[in-house]
Amino acid sequence: MFRDLYATFYHFLRTFGAMCLFFLRLLQHTPSVLFKRFPLVAYQVYNAGALSIVIIMVSGLFVGGVLGLQAYSNLERFNAEDTTGIFAGFALIKEIGPVITALLFAGRAGTAIASEIGLMKATDQLSAMEMMAVNPLRYVAVPRFLGGVISMPLLTAIFTSIGLLGSHLVAVELLGVDVGAYWQQLQSALDMEDVMEGIYKSIVFGIIASLLAVWEGYNSVPTAEGVGRATTRTVVITAIAVLVFDFMITAWVL
Amino acid sequence: MQQTRTMELGTGLFALLGIGALFFLTTQTTGNNDFDAAETFEIQARFDNIGSLKKRAPVSISGVTIGRVTSVDYDRESLEAVVTMVIDSHYDQIPDDTDASILTAGLLGSQYVGLQAGGSEFYLEDGSEILFTQSAIVLENIIGKFLIGGPPDGEEE
Repeated sequence: MFRDLYATFYHFLRTFGAMCLFFLRLLQHTPSVLFKRFPLVAYQVYNAGALSIVIIMVSGLFVGGVLGLQAYSNLERFNAEDTTGIFAGFALIKEIGPVITALLFAGRAGTAIASEIGLMKATDQLSAMEMMAVNPLRYVAVPRFLGGVISMPLLTAIFTSIGLLGSHLVAVELLGVDVGAYWQQLQSALDMEDVMEGIYKSIVFGIIASLLAVWEGYNSVPTAEGVGRATTRTVVITAIAVLVFDFMITAWVL
Repeated sequence: MQQTRTMELGTGLFALLGIGALFFLTTQTTGNNDFDAAETFEIQARFDNIGSLKKRAPVSISGVTIGRVTSVDYDRESLEAVVTMVIDSHYDQIPDDTDASILTAGLLGSQYVGLQAGGSEFYLEDGSEILFTQSAIVLENIIGKFLIGGPPDGEEE
């Protein structure tokens, strides 16, 4: 039993170390790719970001709406329904916006990245690049990683804004909270620090989600089954990592 | 060609929406209590009890926010709370016999310092101290008195 435990720990440590090294290698190529090969990055921003707008906006609208409903129905008991805005604003800006955006991003863009790279590996495209003295890390991995890192904060901002709009629609238009009270309470309760906390989180989650997607694709077993498994692992591991990091960042900031 | 145009349009739309949303979040959701005057002057006031007054609480006169609390300290010698606040230099004609009290915004709102202008011909300036102060009303004390049913005029004190 101890041997199993030891083997598991050994395996985990080795994977984790390899991933850190991989991350450092990505960072090492980041400046040159960003300045010399920017079109590659821009295309990945389109792939990871622009194509995710629809799912982000629809989810944001409904998440905001349900927050408005829940906040209203509970606060109404204390005659404090005017503070619905504070509740929805804090929840969306600090926690729900970054976390749900990261989860949706992992599902929409992370899987696409992992399966694309995995399939490239399975069809020996990565080896072919190496044969031509082209570093696949620079041409395949880094642009996708950067595209994700650039997209995540923007996607989070869109999600949060649409979410606020959704809770506004439900609370003000549907349930009759006073529009002035809703926004005034929200604005006086929120500080710049709160908004920045959400933005920092979205940057960290962007790095985590993109790194894991690229890593899983790059290290997948080059078979049909291996690519499928890499895609699944991307979503599962990203979800766990994002939620753990969310807790740690919140605990650290408060 | 067609694909390039779709991609450019999509990326443009995405960047525009994203930056617009960031702008919206940073400017529209925070802020109307932000006090950032370019020039300020500092005044102090001593209170017996400041309730739950916190750093960054607003300072207002006639309901207009003119400053912000910068620090809350306890003087070990006079055994009083010392509240330091900065006031926008634009409002430099506040009489020096103005009195300061700690009020609560609404029944459950946060506490702030309310100034009540006096009638002196001399004005508050940098480093001056407000001499007339009134402590925060602590709700628990009032409820306590009400429950015990002490005389309403406070004769027992």
